[in-house]
Amino acid sequence: MKIEILGTGCDKCKKLKDATMEALSKLDGFHEVVSVDDVLEILEYEVLQTPALVVDGKVKSFGKVLSSSEILKILREDE
Amino acid sequence: MFDWLIYLVSKLLFDTFGLKQGSHFAEAMHFFIYDTIKISILLIVIVFLVTLLRSYFPIEKVRDYLSGKQKIVGHIFASMFGMLTPFCSCSAIPLFIGFLQARVPLGVTFSYLISAPLGDAVVIAMLFSIFGIKVTLFYVGFALLIATISGLIIGHMGLEKEVLVEVKPLKTSTNSKLNSEPFLKRAKESFSYTKEIFKKIYPYIIIGIGVGAFIHGYIPATMIEKYAGGDVWYAPIIGVLMGVPMYSNAAGVLPLVEALTQKGVLMGTALSFMMAVVAVSLPEAMILKRVLSLKLIALFFTIVAVSILLTGYIFNYLIG
Repeated sequence: MKIEILGTGCDKCKKLKDATMEALSKLDGFHEVVSVDDVLEILEYEVLQTPALVVDGKVKSFGKVLSSSEILKILREDE
Repeated sequence: MFDWLIYLVSKLLFDTFGLKQGSHFAEAMHFFIYDTIKISILLIVIVFLVTLLRSYFPIEKVRDYLSGKQKIVGHIFASMFGMLTPFCSCSAIPLFIGFLQARVPLGVTFSYLISAPLGDAVVIAMLFSIFGIKVTLFYVGFALLIATISGLIIGHMGLEKEVLVEVKPLKTSTNSKLNSEPFLKRAKESFSYTKEIFKKIYPYIIIGIGVGAFIHGYIPATMIEKYAGGDVWYAPIIGVLMGVPMYSNAAGVLPLVEALTQKGVLMGTALSFMMAVVAVSLPEAMILKRVLSLKLIALFFTIVAVSILLTGYIFNYLIG
């Protein structure tokens, strides 16, 4: 899976990334995590509120910091 | 509403600890303990309720609604929605461009962008806990007015070319279906958000209340009146000038404002200062610089600052 964290570098984006990393540590396989902090790139996803979680190009959540268990649930659905 | 608390704090200080009623120290301690408890309770309750309410007003829907709306109706709605939707200053740019992409006019987008930080949940909660419902309603009313009028002015200046990034029209309609959650889940999320906010701002509140308590107990009213108070005509100007460089620490600033108003600073002056702190901030300008020209940012700040200033004067005139 390719997981992208969209956010312009605020506190919340960092928290979302940390939670994502924690969730991934409980999954098998190789996954890629990318932070997208360029505003113009973020706009490509048509997201109005950051931070947002994008899995394989699909926006899964925006405007909030998910807990690692919530992220794990989202990732398992996609596996 | 909080008479019981005044009574309890008095009992604790004067009976249990035997402080002398009316002494500087006792007055300062009373202010500090009473305010800390009262503000904490109200802050948690109000921020929680506001956050919960806002979870029902997704920004995406608002954007689609405002799309193509022109003229005054668009501005008024944008200002109201700015108050009602959740907003975090770190999302300001994606939001700004996103609105333009959906063909929301520039002026209407600005109405939203001005109103959103003014309607900050913490500010509303602090205003209510310190000054009560009347001042809070006045504040909200004037905030709506400022956002509507400033946006209208910006919209009439034909500044579209001052937006530095290319605004591409939207390809698809949005993913607003993501926003359908049961009440309990929303309540839980709102609560954890409230907890997080409270953790982040309470050091500032304690410091603010501490300084406020010191002013309340030790600084004579005559001294404050001489410099910032009463009806000196330039008091609101000082208020706005002091407010602009401060950033989003309204939580810490308000207890201070409380102490100052008790010592003779007029309410309008205090409110101008408050609004300037939350609505016009230099760090925000730095973020906006990536997508807007300096000319547009300068105009935006000037227009908002002037409207806030006028609000201060009107307020002083109305309720003093």
